[in-house]
Amino acid sequence: MGLSRQAARPRRSPGGPATADPDGELVERVRAGEEQAFVELVSRHQVALLRLARTYVASAAIAEEVTQDTWLAVLRGLDGFAGRSTFRTWLMQILVNRAKSTGVREHRTIAVADAGPAVEAIRFDVSGAWMSPPQHWVEDSDERLSAQVLAAPIRAALDEFPERQREVVLLRDVDGLSAREVCEVLDISEANQRVLLHRGRSRLRQRIETELAGA
Amino acid sequence: MLGLRREFSCQEMVELITDYLEGSLSRSQRRRFEAHLAGCENCTEYLAQMRATIAATGELRTEDLSPEMREEFASIFRRWRAEQD
Repeated sequence: MGLSRQAARPRRSPGGPATADPDGELVERVRAGEEQAFVELVSRHQVALLRLARTYVASAAIAEEVTQDTWLAVLRGLDGFAGRSTFRTWLMQILVNRAKSTGVREHRTIAVADAGPAVEAIRFDVSGAWMSPPQHWVEDSDERLSAQVLAAPIRAALDEFPERQREVVLLRDVDGLSAREVCEVLDISEANQRVLLHRGRSRLRQRIETELAGA
Repeated sequence: MLGLRREFSCQEMVELITDYLEGSLSRSQRRRFEAHLAGCENCTEYLAQMRATIAATGELRTEDLSPEMREEFASIFRRWRAEQD
């Protein structure tokens, strides 16, 4: 598959009007006691929950336990869910709280000021113009560019990210949360969210460039 | 206020790119950003690469729940139902 297309998922602009909750109908059916609707809801979100939990706890097994606790807490708290945020945001907030209190791994947060430049300064001249411009690869229909091939370097790069940066990139670009949802789930400001996202995406782009140059 | 603002450098462009994609540049910043793009092949390529990177990251989404896990969650649901009775 070519990569020149844009991310296809619809995005809400931060601060924009909230659209109807895509999980709203399922949530209503769960409230009405429908088991199948619950399983459906779980299958929509479980992979993202596991991934998020994994950034807080020391093992995959513990992450799984945390998600199970989370789903039980969701069922118990469903009557109190007023729809002020999306269901997904509420769900992930519960998960983050549970994962933190499990607290097996010290959750390191990084100062936003830690962010370095998106592209090394050495690649620009004194006026700030490209001296060593990006090698063209986007229009390549080459096999190298298939998403499958890029998955490994992207995963490897993500593993090296500071945790907050990894969480933001995973939630935004893998799970498709809006900026506002990410801020609510992780309890960070919009400015912090943007800086972490910027740094993370820039590092991933650089990793892909390096990967393709070495291929 | 002067109407004429200096053009962004390429080095500034790569730092503004996320704000651009997020729609968080001011109107005048956005105009300057797009004016630079129109005249700079390298930054146009860089922007395309950022979009391609985001798309490739989006492909990491993985498999559905296994049948065993579906059953596990169905039983969590039943446990909750039982609690309520």
